[in-house]
Formats: sequence, C-alpha cells, structure tokens
Amino acid sequence: MTMKYTEDHEWIKVEGDSATIGISPYAANALGDVVFVELPDIGTEFDKGDEAAVIESVKAASEVYAPVGGEVIAVNAALEDAPETVNASADGDGWFIKIKIKDADELDGLMDADAYKAFCAEL
Amino acid sequence: MAGKLACMTDFLKTQLHAKHVALGAKMVEFAGYDMPVQYPLGVMGEHQHTREKCGLFDVSHMGQCFIAADDGTFETAARALEALVPADISSLEPGQQRYSQFLNADGGILDDLMISRLGFEGHTHKLYLVVNAGCKLADYAHLEANLPAGVSLDIKDDMLSLLALQGPKAVSVLSALCPAVADLTFMTHTDVPLMLGSDPTFVHVSRSGYTGEDGFEISVKHDDAVRLTEALLAHDDVEMIGLGARDSLRLEAGLCLYGHDIDATTSPIEAGLFWSVPKHRRTGTGYLGAARIAADIADKSTRRLVGIKPEGRAPAREHTPVQDLDGNVIGEITSGGFGPTVGGPVAMGYVARKFTKAGTPVMLMVRGKARPATIQKMPFAPHNYFRGE
Repeated sequence: MTMKYTEDHEWIKVEGDSATIGISPYAANALGDVVFVELPDIGTEFDKGDEAAVIESVKAASEVYAPVGGEVIAVNAALEDAPETVNASADGDGWFIKIKIKDADELDGLMDADAYKAFCAEL
Repeated sequence: MAGKLACMTDFLKTQLHAKHVALGAKMVEFAGYDMPVQYPLGVMGEHQHTREKCGLFDVSHMGQCFIAADDGTFETAARALEALVPADISSLEPGQQRYSQFLNADGGILDDLMISRLGFEGHTHKLYLVVNAGCKLADYAHLEANLPAGVSLDIKDDMLSLLALQGPKAVSVLSALCPAVADLTFMTHTDVPLMLGSDPTFVHVSRSGYTGEDGFEISVKHDDAVRLTEALLAHDDVEMIGLGARDSLRLEAGLCLYGHDIDATTSPIEAGLFWSVPKHRRTGTGYLGAARIAADIADKSTRRLVGIKPEGRAPAREHTPVQDLDGNVIGEITSGGFGPTVGGPVAMGYVARKFTKAGTPVMLMVRGKARPATIQKMPFAPHNYFRGE
C-alpha cells in the first residue's frame, strides 16, 4: 500500500487494482476552510488528468483532477454534511473517491512522499 | 488541484505591510497593493470573530481626499460635488456622513464612496471622501476634470492610513482610547485624540464600515498607523481580519462590491441603491447621469440586483447564470460564496424585474447543473448599526 502524489496536490493510495484519492494536507491548508465538495457519481469513468471533483472553500472553487484513469467505485458521502473533514483530515477521513484503476502504468510518473515533500518545500 | 501561486512583484504596500507579514498573513495582490487575504485564524474564524467580538481591517489602500472651495464656504464645495453624485450634499451637517456614487454621463457607476462634512472647528467647510482602491486614480482624475474653478481636490493618500474596527465589541475597545467615540451614531464622525499610552494621536473617526456590524473607520496619519494597530490588537477582543472575511461579511450584509455587483454598466437604481438618491434628485437633471436615474425609476422593465439564497450547500460564484423554472436565462450572479454567519451559501446578482420578488424560485447553473435557489430580501445577516439609544 503506497501513497503517491501529483503536482496538483492530489494523493492516491493504491490497494491492489483499486485506489483512494484525496488532496494533500498542504493543499487543504492552502485552500482554507472547505465548505462544499462536489463528488462524481459512482460508475463515472475518468482519464488521467480529468476533473474528478470540485472543492469549494469560503473564497473559491478549485478542481480536483484524477491522478490516474479509472472508474469511480465509491465516494465519501460523509463530506456532503461535513466538508470541513477535508481540513481536519485531508489524507484520512477527508478522502474523496475510490476508483478501479484502468492502467497501473499511469502511477509511474507520480511522486512518492519524499519527492512530494521536496516539491512543496520549493513552492 | 488547480492552484495559483502568488509572486512578489512591485506591488504597493500600506504602512502595516510588515505587520501583516509578521502576523502570518497570506498576502495577495488587490488593486495594485500587496494585501492580507487571511491570517492564520482563517476566513471562517475571522468572519465569526468579527460578528461575535471585533475585527481590525487595514483598508489603507482605499483613497482619502478632501474637497474645499477657495471662497471658504461649505455651500460652494457642496454644490460642486453635488454635480457629480446623486446624494444631497448641501444638507450635510458638520459631522455627518453619506453614501453615494460617482456616475458617468450614462448614469453608470464609476465608483461608490463615503462623503463626510468635517465637524472640526474651522474645517466645517471641507468635504472628506473615501473611495475604492481600485478606482481612486480614475476618481481623482474625474474630480480634477469636473470640479469647477475655485473648488480644489486635496489627495491625502501619501499621508493617511485607514483602519476599520468592526463588530459588537468595537465600541468598548475604541472608547477605552477615547470615551467620546461611544457617543457617535451610525454615519456620523468626529476628530479626536486617541490615547496610545500617554501619547495621543489625532485621528478622524466615523461610526461606519462595510460589514453590517457596529464599528468605526479610523483615518490616522501614516506615522501613527502601526502604533494604533498595536494598541488595538493588544485588546483580547480584537483580531486582524483579511480581505477574504471582509468579502463574506459585506456579502452577508447585502453591501455591493465595486467591480462585481456594480460597475460602469450598472445604474444606482438597478443596483438597489434607490434609497441613496433623495426624492428631489430623481427628476432627471442636476448631476452627471441624472437622466438614467429618472429613466430607470420610470422604466419597470430594467433589471435589479437581488439577494439569492441557493438551496443546499453548493456556493454559486460570480458569473453563474440565473434561470427561471422554464430554463430561460434571466440574469447572473455578481457575488456569491459561503456565508459563515448564515451557515450556507449566499449570493447576489441581477435578474429581470419580474423575478425580483422575495420568495421567487429560480435555478442557478453551477458547473452545468441546475441547482434550485430563492430570491431573498437582503441583508442575509441582520445589520447591527448603532443608531442611538
């Protein structure tokens, strides 16, 4: 089970041929207070880089992009009533969606935790 | 995640810039200034703190100027400004303040502003104006071009900072430095010494602001701005508040933001600012843009700015199309976001006149999905102005 990151600050945690996707604590902190999360329907299919969800902070809306392609198999419905969970636990209870990965090779270009940490340090 | 990174360039800085940075503010460009959008408390926390206790805002980027006539009379200066705004200026008493707008020849809004007649002995012939940061250079050019000979503009942005202290605790906090400010009522002002330690600083204080709360705006000399900020922040009830919460506070209060809810294409009548145009100035003459005011009052078909309450939790942002229940586009959101005091999304926007009645159901097209909303009377959060006991 490994956690990988994109340059757009999404994380993806792979378990077998499926994966959980969220945004990093760094991103959640940068966005500020999250007030609404718009999640896709189960069964929606994405290509890598497609808009997968929308996250609204007090000030603005931001897109969450799919780190890899796949089909949505679960969404975190708890965020509907408690979007602030994204701030409290961005890499835990604040996850967005689970997908069935289409092509595991797409994971190769993503950063591991150390590389992502170094990436953020330069921002 | 799409993210934008701010770059430090040659933005203008207020006297409090270093203070904002030291307090851990997230700085953004606003109207050419490097300004704090939020502090570590966060937009939500800053908003709530202002509603419950007291927030301190650096609004020194706004323009401050004076208008006075060479003949030394208030009447000459007032008549000159009255040619450029719909408000009645001649009837201002010393120490009174009024809200108005600069209009272009077509009656579009060039800027909205606060106009005060000074109450200070020997200065009651002078008008003091506070204008928006993003419009101030154009406003000054507009005044220079349109004020008649014998009436002059004195721009004080190189000398004066402006702080806003807003919230239910503002009066107890500020009156500790000068008891006289507690006697001011909404939209009045005075010139007083504030005791900072044993050393007073003379300031211009008005009982006004842009949050819907009771509070003050304090015009202070640049050299005293940091000292005054530190004295106010020393109080347990006071937190610095950034532009993020300033926006959510004014939106809940139903107050227009220039460049969003009002601009050169909107008239004061369309923008719901009818109340700021006195009856005798609705005749179609007497000031630049007066014909549009009269025409928009007579023409019931023109659009109007209204409050819009989205159902559910999804905010509807600026430029979101507004539709009727049959799917026809009837207008557009001009300001929208999350209202922390309301506990849900709030918005304002222009809709065709027949949809302006409170309770009218509409649909908001958010990312291609129609979401239900209702026209609602503003403010979304009640005004708490102090109008006297």
